[in-house]
Amino acid sequence: MRLAATSQNSHPLRTEQIILFRASTQVFAISSASVQEVRSVDSLSGVAVDINEPSLAKVRHALRRGDRHVYVVNAAVHFGLRPSPAALIFLLRKSRVALLVDGIEKMSTMSQLQALPGVFCHEERAWYRGLTVIDQNVIPVVHAGGFLVPDEISLLDALNGSRSFADTTSEPHTDMTL
Amino acid sequence: MTWTEQADTCSCVLLRLGERRFALAANQVAELSAPSRVFRFAHRTPEIEGVILRRGRVVPVCDISEKLTGKRLGQRRFYLIAARRHESTLDWIALPVSGECELIQADLTPAGDSDSPHVSGWLSHNGEVIELLNLKFLTPGTSCVQPQVAASVPSEVRA
Repeated sequence: MRLAATSQNSHPLRTEQIILFRASTQVFAISSASVQEVRSVDSLSGVAVDINEPSLAKVRHALRRGDRHVYVVNAAVHFGLRPSPAALIFLLRKSRVALLVDGIEKMSTMSQLQALPGVFCHEERAWYRGLTVIDQNVIPVVHAGGFLVPDEISLLDALNGSRSFADTTSEPHTDMTL
Repeated sequence: MTWTEQADTCSCVLLRLGERRFALAANQVAELSAPSRVFRFAHRTPEIEGVILRRGRVVPVCDISEKLTGKRLGQRRFYLIAARRHESTLDWIALPVSGECELIQADLTPAGDSDSPHVSGWLSHNGEVIELLNLKFLTPGTSCVQPQVAASVPSEVRA
C-alpha cells in the first residue's frame, strides 16, 4: 500500500478567500465570506451587555443587532486555549455570533481543504470544516456555525429575555467591512 | 487441530516501541518516514499529538506506545504511516516508532476470545511471539460520539 500524493485533477481550481486570525498563540482560518464586519473591541464599550452564565464562560458579552442579540464568543476560550487580550471582533454573516480574536494575521486564498481526519472525534469535529495548508503550515479552518450550538443560543436568549436593553439604535463605529 | 493447521503465513511489518516489538499487516502500511515537523492545533482528542504533512496530505500523529507498553515513546526516530479502515473511510495515521521496521513473512495464528481487542493475531518469528495489532482498537475515532453541529456545514473547497 502506498500513500499517494493528493490528486491533481484537470478541473479548474476552485479557491476560497480566507482570513487567518490569531487566538491565544494559535492561528486559525475562517472563510472571509462568513465574516460580515471586523470591528475593534473598543466598539463594544457602551453598547455591549454583560453576560454571566457559568456554563458558557466563552460568552461574556452580547450586542444588540436589530431585534436580536448577537453573542460575543471569545475564540481562545472556545478552543480551550489560554485567554489573551483580544483586539478585534468578527461579526459573522447570517449568524447570532460575533467572534473575539487577538488579531488578523493576513488574508489568503485556500485552494484545498482536507477533511478533518477521522481520528479527531470530539468537539473539534464541530469546530472545524477541515484543514488547509498555507505556506507549508497546517491551518485549521473554522466552521462559522460551530461557535454556539442552538441549545446554547436558546440558553443565552432565555438569560437575556428578561433584560431591558438601553436604546442602541446608533450603530457602533465600524472599522472595516468585508 | 494442530498448530500447523491453525497457522497461516502473512506479510507483516515489525515495528519497535521501546523494548518491545509488534507487527502490522503489511497491506496496512504505506511507508516509513523520517521525523518531520508536527503541526499542533486546538482539539480535544488527547491521543492525537498533532499532524504531519506527507506528500501533500495531512496525517494525524497517534502515539500508541502508551497503550501498548505503558509509557510514551521517548526516543522517536520514525513515523510508520499506516491505514485504518473505518466503515467506508480510509484514515492514514502516523505511528511514532523507535528503531527500524522490518518486512517479514511469518506464521499467523488468529487471536482467541481471551486476547485483548487490539490483538488481531499472533506471529511466530525467530522464536519470538509477537502481537499483530488491530489499529481500530488502538486509535480514536471509531466509537466516538459526534458532537452537535450548530448549522448546516458549508460547501467545501476542493482542488
